[in-house]
Amino acid sequence: MSILTGLVTQLLHLALILALAPVLTGCVRWLKARLMGRRGPHPLQPWRDLLKLVKKRPVLAENASIISRAAPYVAVGVALLAAALVPSFARGMLLAPFADLLLIAGLLALGRFAMALAGMDVGTSFGGLGATREMAFAALAEPALVLAALIFAILAGTTHLDVIIGIFQEGALGLRVSLGFAAVALLAVAVAENARIPVDNPATHLELTMVHEAMILEASGRHLALWDFQASFRLTLWLALLAAVFLPFGMAAPGAGPVAWVLGLGVFIAKMAALAFALAVFESAIAKMRLFRVPEFLGAALLLGLLGAVFLFVSTGLS
Amino acid sequence: MLIALALTLVVLAMLSLAAPLLARAALGVRVVYAGTACVSLVFAAGGIAGLVSAAEALALPFGPPWGAMRLALDPLSAWFLLILGLSGIAASAFAFGHVAGTEAPRLLVPYPLFLAGMALTLLAADGFTLVLGFELMSFASWVLVAHEHENAENRRAARLYLGFAALGGAALILCFGLLAAGVYAGAGFAALRAAPPDGLRALAILLLVVIGAGSKAGLVPLHVWLPLAHPAAPSHVGALMSAAMTKAALYVLARVIFDLAGPAQPLFWGAVLMVLGLASAIMGALRAALEEDTKTLLACSTIENIGLITLGLGLALAFRAADLGALAAVAAGAALLHALNHAMFKTLLFLGAGEVLYGTASRRMDRLGGLIKAMPWTAGLVLLGAAAAAALPPLSGFASEWLLLQALIAAWRVGDLAFQIGAAAATALAALAVALAATAMLRFYGLVFLGRPRSPRAAGATEISGVARGALILPAALTVMFGLTPGFLLELAAPALRLLTGAGAGLSALGGVTMTVSEGGAGYAPMIVFGLLLLLGGGVAWFARRQAPGIVRGPAWDCGFIAPPHHLPFGDPATQVSAAGMAQPLRRMLGKTLLAAREKVEVPPPGDTEPARLQAGFHDPVLALIAGPLPRARDRLTVLAERLRDFSLRQCLGLGFTVLLALMALLILLERP
Repeated sequence: MSILTGLVTQLLHLALILALAPVLTGCVRWLKARLMGRRGPHPLQPWRDLLKLVKKRPVLAENASIISRAAPYVAVGVALLAAALVPSFARGMLLAPFADLLLIAGLLALGRFAMALAGMDVGTSFGGLGATREMAFAALAEPALVLAALIFAILAGTTHLDVIIGIFQEGALGLRVSLGFAAVALLAVAVAENARIPVDNPATHLELTMVHEAMILEASGRHLALWDFQASFRLTLWLALLAAVFLPFGMAAPGAGPVAWVLGLGVFIAKMAALAFALAVFESAIAKMRLFRVPEFLGAALLLGLLGAVFLFVSTGLS
Repeated sequence: MLIALALTLVVLAMLSLAAPLLARAALGVRVVYAGTACVSLVFAAGGIAGLVSAAEALALPFGPPWGAMRLALDPLSAWFLLILGLSGIAASAFAFGHVAGTEAPRLLVPYPLFLAGMALTLLAADGFTLVLGFELMSFASWVLVAHEHENAENRRAARLYLGFAALGGAALILCFGLLAAGVYAGAGFAALRAAPPDGLRALAILLLVVIGAGSKAGLVPLHVWLPLAHPAAPSHVGALMSAAMTKAALYVLARVIFDLAGPAQPLFWGAVLMVLGLASAIMGALRAALEEDTKTLLACSTIENIGLITLGLGLALAFRAADLGALAAVAAGAALLHALNHAMFKTLLFLGAGEVLYGTASRRMDRLGGLIKAMPWTAGLVLLGAAAAAALPPLSGFASEWLLLQALIAAWRVGDLAFQIGAAAATALAALAVALAATAMLRFYGLVFLGRPRSPRAAGATEISGVARGALILPAALTVMFGLTPGFLLELAAPALRLLTGAGAGLSALGGVTMTVSEGGAGYAPMIVFGLLLLLGGGVAWFARRQAPGIVRGPAWDCGFIAPPHHLPFGDPATQVSAAGMAQPLRRMLGKTLLAAREKVEVPPPGDTEPARLQAGFHDPVLALIAGPLPRARDRLTVLAERLRDFSLRQCLGLGFTVLLALMALLILLERP
C-alpha cells in the first residue's frame, strides 16, 4: 500500500514539476517586469516558447561533436531526477529513500559539467569563457551547500532529505540560529546555481557579463528548448528545496491520503508563489555584481555555513 | 597463493635480467611487457584471493644476517595488491601496444624491477623486506624518470625525485629501526605488533613514517617532485607511479600507523593526517586547475586524490581513537575505495594523455584541441575517466567521495569541540577540493578534446588501435563498474577494514546495492540512480526527437563573428579559450593567496602596433623554498665545514676529544635507569 501511494505521489510530483517549472520561470519574469513598471510577457510565455522550440530542428556548428548533441539530454535527465528527489506536496515518495543531499549536489554537478562541456565543444570564445566562470563559481558554491548539509545532518542525524524534512516538520528543534545561517548560505548558493542577479543576469545577452547564457549560445531548436527546460527544473528544484527544508509545514505525511495531497499541493503552490515573489523583489532591488566580486559573495556564504556549524557545536555542547 | 606471488617476483627479476638481450628485438620487448602484464594479472588474482581467504605468511629461506625475510598476504596487503595488479595490467598492455622496434635497455630493465619493488613492499612482513622493496621501487622508478636525460628538465626532475626518495628511504629505515627497538632486530611484523611503541618513541615514529611514506605519496609539503617526475617518465610508467606507487606509499603509512603502532593512538594522530591530507587536496586541486601541461595537470590531480585518501585515513584514526568503530570503518572504507577508484581513473587518464602524446607529439594544452574528431575512442574513454575524477555520479569517483563526505559530516560525534570545528572546516575544504578537481578535469578535457585544433599537429592526430586501445578500455570499464558497485566493493574490502579499524560489528551496514553509512542513515544506490538517469534522459530524448527529427549543420554562430580566413582552416587558435585563460578566475580567486600567482598585462602605447601581452604564472611555495633558502643554507654550512681544513693539529685533536666526551656523556644519560 505504502509503495503504491509512494508511486502515485512520485508520478504526481514529477508531472507537477514538469508542468510547473516553466510557469515558475514565467512568473518570476512577469513579476520582475511588473515591479519595474513594464507589462511583461504572460507567465505562460516560457511554455509557448518551449513548445515552439521543441518542434524546430537544431542547427549545429560544422565542427560540433557528439558532446553538443548528447549534453542537453544528460542535463535535462539529471535536472529532472534531482527535481524528482526533492519533495513538493508529500513526503514518502517512491524515490524518497534515495533523496540524499549529497547525491542532489552530485547530480547538479553532473548537469553543470555537461553544460560546460557543451559550451566548450564548438570552440568559441564565449563558450569557453562561460564554462570557466561557471565552474569557478561552483567551486565555492559547492562547499557552502555541503556545509548546509552538515548542519542539517547534525540536527537531524542524516543527510537524507526526507528524514530532515520530517524532523523539521515536527518542530521539536524550534528556531535555531544555525538554521538561519544555513538558510542564508543556501539562498546564496541557490542564487549562484540558478544564474540569477547578482551573480549572473538571466535576461542578458551582453557577452562580457554573462556566464550561464554564454555556454548555450550555440544551442538552437530542441536543444535550446532542453537547456531552457533544465534551467527551469533547477530553479524549481532549488525553490522547492528551500521551501521543503525551511517552510516544511503543510506537506502531506508519508502514507497520507488524497485529501492531504490536495492540501499539500495548495500549500506548496502558495509557498512557491511567495518564493518567486521574493526572488523577483530581490532581483529588482539589487544590481548585478562585478564578476570578481562574486567569489566574495560566495565566500561569505561559505563562512556563514561554517559559522552556523560552529554555533551549533558551541550552543548545544554536543560533547 | 603467497608462494605463487613470491614466484612471480622471481619471474620479474628474471625478466629484468634478460631485458638487455630482449631489448634488441621488437619481439623481445613484447615478451617483457607481456610478461609484466601476466604477472600483474597474478597480482590482481592474488589480491582477490587474499581478500576472500585467510591471511598467509611465509618465511623465505634467505635474508639478512639477523633473520629470514618474511612475506605475508593479509587483507590490507591484498587490497593494495589488487590496485597494483589492475593498474599494472593496463600499463603493461599500453606499453605492449606501443612497441615499435627495439627499446633502450635503460627503459626496459627497470620496468619489471619497479613492479617487483611495489609488490615486495606490499607483501613484506618485516621491516627489512619492506624497506628493501620500497627502495627498489624508488630506484627503479628513478631510472625510468631519468630515461630521457638529454632533456635538462627531466634531469632536474630526476635529481629532485632522487633527493626526496633518499629522504623518504632514510626516514623509513629509522622508522622501522625505532619500531624494532626493544624487540630483537629480526622481528617480523607480528612481533612488532605485540610491542607497540609509546610516548616519545611513538611520536618519532609518526613523524618518520609521515616523512618516509608521505614523501613518496606526495603529501604536502613533500609533494614538489611529483608534478615534475610523473610527467617525465614514459606514459605507462607515469600511470603506474600515479596510480600504484603512491598507493604503495599510503599502504606503508596505513600499515605502520594503524597496524604496527598498536591499536591505541591519541586523537591528534588522526588530526595530523587530516591536516596533511587537506593541505594536499587543496594544493593539488588548485595546481591542477592552473597547470598547462596535460601530464603535470594529472600529476597534480594525483596529489589531490592522495590528500583525500589520507584525509579518510586520518578520520578513521580519529574515530578509532574516540571508540567509534562503525564510523571508523566508514572513513577507512572511503579511503580504501577511493584508493582503488583513483588508481583506475588515473591509470586511464595518464594512458589517455600518453595516447594524445603519441598522436600529436605534444603535452601542452595550448597546442591541442578538437581531438574528439581525430581520436574518438580515446576521447570517449578519457571522458569517463575525467568525469570520475570530477566526482560525477554515477561513476566511481563520486561513490568514494560521497562516502568520505558522509564520514566527515559524521565527524562531530567525536566529542572534542576543537575537533568538531576543525572537522566542519575540513568538510568544507574537502568539498572545495572536489569542486576544484571538477574544474581541473573540465579544463583538461575541454582544452584537449573539445573545440578547434590549436596546432596542425592536433588537427592531424591519429587514433589508437589494437592492444593499446584495450589498455584504455580495461580501466574505463572498471571505472564504470566500480562506480555502480561500491557497496559490493566495500563488502570485498571488509576484512581489510576490520584490520584497519578493529571493528567487528557495524560493517554490515555498509555494503550491498545501497551503500549506507549507518543503519537507517543516508544511502547511495548508484545502480538505481544510473537506471533512473537512463530512463529520464532516454525518455526526454525519445520524446524530443520525435517532434522534429534530424539536425542541420551550419557555421558556428559565435555571436555573429565572421568566418575565419582561408589560410586558417580551423579558425584563429587565439580566438579560442586558452589554458591560461581558463585558469584565470581561479588564479585570481585562490591562486594569489595560495600559490603567489601573478598576472601582468603589457599594453603598448597608442599608435604602437605591438600586440598587448599577458603574462601569468604561479609558484609552488615549497618549490620556492627548495630552490631558495635550502641551497643557501647548504652553502653556508659548506663554508663552515671548510673551516675545519684550516684547523691546527691541536685543534683537530681537541675536536676529536670533545666529540668523544660528548658521546660518552650521551651514553651515560641514556643508560641512566
